Amino acid sequence: MSEVTVHMSVNGTARRGRVEPRKTLADFLREDCVATSVHLACEHGVCGACTVIVDGVASRSCLMFAVQADGASITTAEGLANPDGSLGIVQDAFRQCHGLQCGFCTPGFVVSVTAFLQENADPSLEEIREGIAGNLCRCTGYQGIIKAVQHAAATMAGTPTAMTTSTEGN
Amino acid sequence: MKPAPFEYHAPETIADAVGLLAQHGDDAKPLAGGQSLVPLLSLRLTRFDHLVDLNKIGALSGISRDNGHVVIGAMTRHRAVELDPSIATSVPMLAAAMPWIGHFQIRNRGTIGGSIAHADPAAELPAVAAALDAELEITSKSGVRRVAAADFFQGTFMTAIDTGELLTAARFPVWGKGSGFAFTEFARRSGDFAIAGVGVGLEATGGKITRAAIAFMGMGPVPVRATDAEKALLGVSIASLDAAAVARVAVGATDPTGDVHASAANRTKIATHLAEQALTRAASNAAANA
Ligand SMILES: Cc1cc2nc3c(=O)[nH]c(=O)nc-3n(C[C@H](O)[C@H](O)[C@H](O)COP(=O)(O)OP(=O)(O)OC[C@H]3O[C@@H](n4cnc5c(N)ncnc54)[C@H](O)[C@@H]3O)c2cc1C
Ligand code: FES
Ligand code: FES
Repeated sequence: MSEVTVHMSVNGTARRGRVEPRKTLADFLREDCVATSVHLACEHGVCGACTVIVDGVASRSCLMFAVQADGASITTAEGLANPDGSLGIVQDAFRQCHGLQCGFCTPGFVVSVTAFLQENADPSLEEIREGIAGNLCRCTGYQGIIKAVQHAAATMAGTPTAMTTSTEGN
Repeated sequence: MKPAPFEYHAPETIADAVGLLAQHGDDAKPLAGGQSLVPLLSLRLTRFDHLVDLNKIGALSGISRDNGHVVIGAMTRHRAVELDPSIATSVPMLAAAMPWIGHFQIRNRGTIGGSIAHADPAAELPAVAAALDAELEITSKSGVRRVAAADFFQGTFMTAIDTGELLTAARFPVWGKGSGFAFTEFARRSGDFAIAGVGVGLEATGGKITRAAIAFMGMGPVPVRATDAEKALLGVSIASLDAAAVARVAVGATDPTGDVHASAANRTKIATHLAEQALTRAASNAAANA
């Protein structure tokens, strides 16, 4: 089938490519835009490793075709770093709070958590658990991740004390 | 795996979309949020020569009121309905069901029309549509027709939508004063398709139930209305409702099958318990709305 030309902004950089319509946004980002933080595990929407922000909306990049993102603005985990290359707030919180072990799930988590905290800046423990339910982690047991979300929320609010907050009692 | 090759169409009007569907017949499939279709394509469980992407058709998105109904365009995202405050007051059962659908990332892309057209037996929206006697608006080159939910869901993943037709809107009736609703389900993990679920609507006048709707999901190939239990509820005092007894009658309308997730007996037990909870909550919501 014939290829089509697509344009999009990926982490602020203009990208252009020729794609078959069946090429997923995830594959386009990885193969044509050097955004290899976009991880693919299940490729059918369940694991969340491929989550990216499309025009402000957290989406599974394995469930969109690149042609559908023509003209869109995409943010991947690479785009969450500070302009000087240091870790962004959510990324840093994951490091501080041991929110990762092997790191495979981490890019999807930091993207999802960034979108989640944009809508809910001061989430309860229950809301955090619900908010991260769409991302699977095979290593951590989630406790460090929950702490990282609390820590990131507190940092954004200017009160970075949540690192020691207990996640017990639920 | 990757999807098989297809030709991609992105019409901007309903007329162009139904034109493409008519032209390519069974070789074409509408692409809405892609949250069910793309997994099926990627797993090569299905393939189509033509995908007709509906995402550029602005006229398919939006929530409006018409003649006692809330009309939701097929391409309205789950998340838009979930976050619309008017839905919580006009169609409370729908508002209660939304957060149970997948995860927020799925609801960001998934659409009302896609969920209803897909007709998964364990999906929330078909059950809500069945419970509330929603009407489904179907458009083709030859015009628009409306199909009642009771006739729309025909089997597992099977609906009244024919080749060349597009689901364009869902029309949910708005109930009156004295009505109360509940929706609940049981899944092993948050965001999974449920093992069983139930939606309940009750309306009371002068303390007596005048209208009742109960629909189960995951308890058969299509949503199941508990018509015997609904009839038995009419005239009953809402304050002295025996939710456990009504739930047992209601679940008698279902004939679930067992699978790897739960046996038929286990499903029946779960559904009975859920129905009791939902009846109790709907009754208290109705009383509060008197
Ligand atoms: C991880 C995960 C968890 C999920 N959990 C749930 C859940 O708990 N409950 C639930 O209900 N769903 C769940 N879903 C499915 C999700 O809700 C889908 O969005 C929905 O079922 C289909 O909507 P869509 O807009 O994505 O449709 P698509 O995937 O684009 O299409 C689905 C089908 O409907 C057809 N179709 C779509 N729109 C129309 C139309 N307007 N006219 C005619 N045909 C049309 C398509 O051709 C296709 O056959 C989950 C999905 C994922 C990936
Ligand atoms: S790879 Fe996209 S959700 Fe798993
Ligand atoms: S850190 Fe290994 S999968 Fe999450």
